[in-house]
Amino acid sequence: MMSTQPQKRVIPEPPSKLKTYFTFFIILLLIFGSAIQTNTSITELIAGFPNMMDLLVQMVPPNWSYFGKIVPAMLETIRMALLGTTFGAIIAIPIALFSASNIVKNTWVFYPVRFILNLIRTIPDLLLAAIFVSIFGLGPLPGILALTIFSIGLVAKLTYEAIEAIDPGPMEAMTSVGANKIQWIFFGVIPQVLPHYISYVLYTFEVNIRAAAVLGLVGAGGIGLYYDRTLGFFEYDKTSSIIIFTLVVVLIIDFISTKLREKLI
Amino acid sequence: MIEFNNVSKTYPNGVKGLSNINLKIEEGEFVVIVGLSGAGKSTLLRSINRLIEISDGEILIEGKSITKAKGSELRRIRRDIGMIFQSFNLVKRSSVLRNVLSGRVGYHSTLRTILGLFPKEDVDLAFDALDRVNILEKAYSRATELSGGQQQRVSIARALAQEAKIILADEPVASLDPLTTKQVMNDLKRINQELGITTIVNLHFIDLAREYATRIIGLRAGEVVFDGPVSEATDEKFSEIYGRPIKKDELLEVEV
Amino acid sequence: MSNTTRPLIKPKKNKTRIWLIYITLALIYIWAFSGMPLPDVKETAAQVSKAIFSGIFSPDWDYVYLPDGEDLLRGLLDTLAIAILGTFISAFLCVPFSFLAASNMSKGRSLSNTGKFILSLIRTFPEIVMAIMFIKAVGPGSFAGVLALGLHSIGMLGKLFTEEIESVDPGPAEALTATGANRLQIIWFAILPQVLPGFLSYTLYRFEINVRSASILGVIGAGGIGTLLIFALSSRDWERVGIILLGIIVMVTFIDLLSGYIRKKIV
Ligand SMILES: Nc1ncnc2c1ncn2[C@@H]1O[C@H](COP(=O)(O)OP(=O)(O)O)[C@@H](O)[C@H]1O
Ligand SMILES: [Mg+2]
Repeated sequence: MMSTQPQKRVIPEPPSKLKTYFTFFIILLLIFGSAIQTNTSITELIAGFPNMMDLLVQMVPPNWSYFGKIVPAMLETIRMALLGTTFGAIIAIPIALFSASNIVKNTWVFYPVRFILNLIRTIPDLLLAAIFVSIFGLGPLPGILALTIFSIGLVAKLTYEAIEAIDPGPMEAMTSVGANKIQWIFFGVIPQVLPHYISYVLYTFEVNIRAAAVLGLVGAGGIGLYYDRTLGFFEYDKTSSIIIFTLVVVLIIDFISTKLREKLI
Repeated sequence: MIEFNNVSKTYPNGVKGLSNINLKIEEGEFVVIVGLSGAGKSTLLRSINRLIEISDGEILIEGKSITKAKGSELRRIRRDIGMIFQSFNLVKRSSVLRNVLSGRVGYHSTLRTILGLFPKEDVDLAFDALDRVNILEKAYSRATELSGGQQQRVSIARALAQEAKIILADEPVASLDPLTTKQVMNDLKRINQELGITTIVNLHFIDLAREYATRIIGLRAGEVVFDGPVSEATDEKFSEIYGRPIKKDELLEVEV
Repeated sequence: MSNTTRPLIKPKKNKTRIWLIYITLALIYIWAFSGMPLPDVKETAAQVSKAIFSGIFSPDWDYVYLPDGEDLLRGLLDTLAIAILGTFISAFLCVPFSFLAASNMSKGRSLSNTGKFILSLIRTFPEIVMAIMFIKAVGPGSFAGVLALGLHSIGMLGKLFTEEIESVDPGPAEALTATGANRLQIIWFAILPQVLPGFLSYTLYRFEINVRSASILGVIGAGGIGTLLIFALSSRDWERVGIILLGIIVMVTFIDLLSGYIRKKIV
């Protein structure tokens, strides 16, 4: 049917696929290399599967009576998250101001501050906690400090990005009425970013609750300690009650925090 | 041949899209369907290849009931019906050639198409189709890089590569400027005449309908209120279809 | 400030609510601070902090590469390998999963909702606890870490993938349906090309997170640099702690930059 048009046609050259093949090759190489490096073996996974199933079976039903025992640890977890978030959020304010290019116009200030901020953000909270434990000993204090540092990184970054996105109008108005720098920040900048800031702090709190729940694994307080304890003694029914308890608390706090954040913005 | 037997469509919200439609469209016809917005043109067109399920009656394609067809039988019937959309519906990030070849997937096994192993004849067919709508040189461009008119031609090429016996076009020129409109309509007409493909087009513009159609069907509130050759579709008839005098913006008013 | 049309007395209800919020907040903080551990700082604290700081500024460069045994480079390489494989496994598993969970792909609402519920459960389950459980199954080492990351990342990636699928333009799928394509062909030709760039970008983003995660898994024995850090900390080898921290910082920064660059190119 189509051959009714006998004209000679010039079919364009297909583009080279070399780049695609090369990319695929690199990705395959990375994956296989990683599999070798990590001793990944499917047979081991299959061999370990019964163990895994065994563990899961032993986890049900959870040991409900264990709940009462871990309530204090759970409260400590919440407290750690709350304090860590609060301290971090307060310290983050000046850092955010010094990182914002529309507040501090000097590149010699905001670039170095941002650089340090980025450095802080590269170190995971659990590692920070491990280091603080070896400085301050076991207990919630190193946990709170680790969460404080982590919160500084997160809140300061989100906040300075919000500051840089604000409407310059009110700030110019402040300058024109002769305000000094401090007044200028208080009346021109803070009212605009405050809802964002509070929202970020709440979000950081959500993240920190999750983090605080496992910091105990390195001895930095909270409910995480009990993972080690129960798993070490093969009391998997207790482990599952910890997991469920944590999930419930995390979900409740997420829910409240999300509702509050929706109200703010 | 396409046959509508007592076809009705009621949407879940109670709106009557089509009511008791009886039509016969013969092979090789160039039918233009006109009517106000909301008259049921799209509903009529989409019920032909069952992108919309009708609620009553039956539609026969070449004597086979698409209404009753299931699974692979339904896909076989659809394979013979090409469709062209107002918004082109191309995969924007894929190449033009791949878009055209996607018209061939109904002919092969899932595995074969997914591995991209289209036979050489299919690729030739795709190039032929692109050549026919004069955008062969764009075969390896991404669809996004093309203008609206070019994109619509790619979708015509897709229907051609599909070796469709029927082409349905739902307001194919509504997002195009007047000049491109003419080119796309000319492509459709030429394909209809050269290949004998039955073509059904929904159109907004009255003068375009008169210029290209061999038969005009007027819809109003889901009912056929006019069905006849162009010569009978006078201004008065159009006013009847629209329920009011013709407005200026219903004319394209561009000479070829 | 001198807006005369504004009523001088604000509605009373609003004020009580604000006070309620303040009081609740105050109570929460009183509770939190009352249980705040007193900075009962060990005498050694200052000493140790100083040692760590000086460790960071005079790191144990020899530890970067040791001809035999465990050194920094091998630890980092192991961490990267865990992150790469874990990310790949989760991205791979996420594809079918997210198609089930996307409301515009699956027919029944209940299937989509079940899928989304499972995803959020996985997301809230801490990866480090998953790693502990995998250690019980396959023994300590990097493989347990790979499995933990692979499973945990599904929670977030699955959610992002699902949202990506739910935002596709339905037009091309409709066109493919009209050509007589079956379900798989529609997905392959009309949906996948639309979502693939998003999938890749999210996978890279998750990879950045997983590099950080992989560097802590060693803390509980699931391979990577974390194990070496814990060894160095417990043997109070501060110069070694310093070089390990530096190594992590450099690796994470480099991966962030590289991944960010590729993500920009994709979209
Ligand atoms: N999915 C739908 N659900 C409910 N009503 C619809 C739907 N699609 C179309 N309709 C209604 O059916 C009628 C016919 O629509 P349509 O066939 O799209 O008209 P046209 O293409 O002529 O503009 C209109 O009243 C429209 O509002
Ligand atoms: Mg329409």
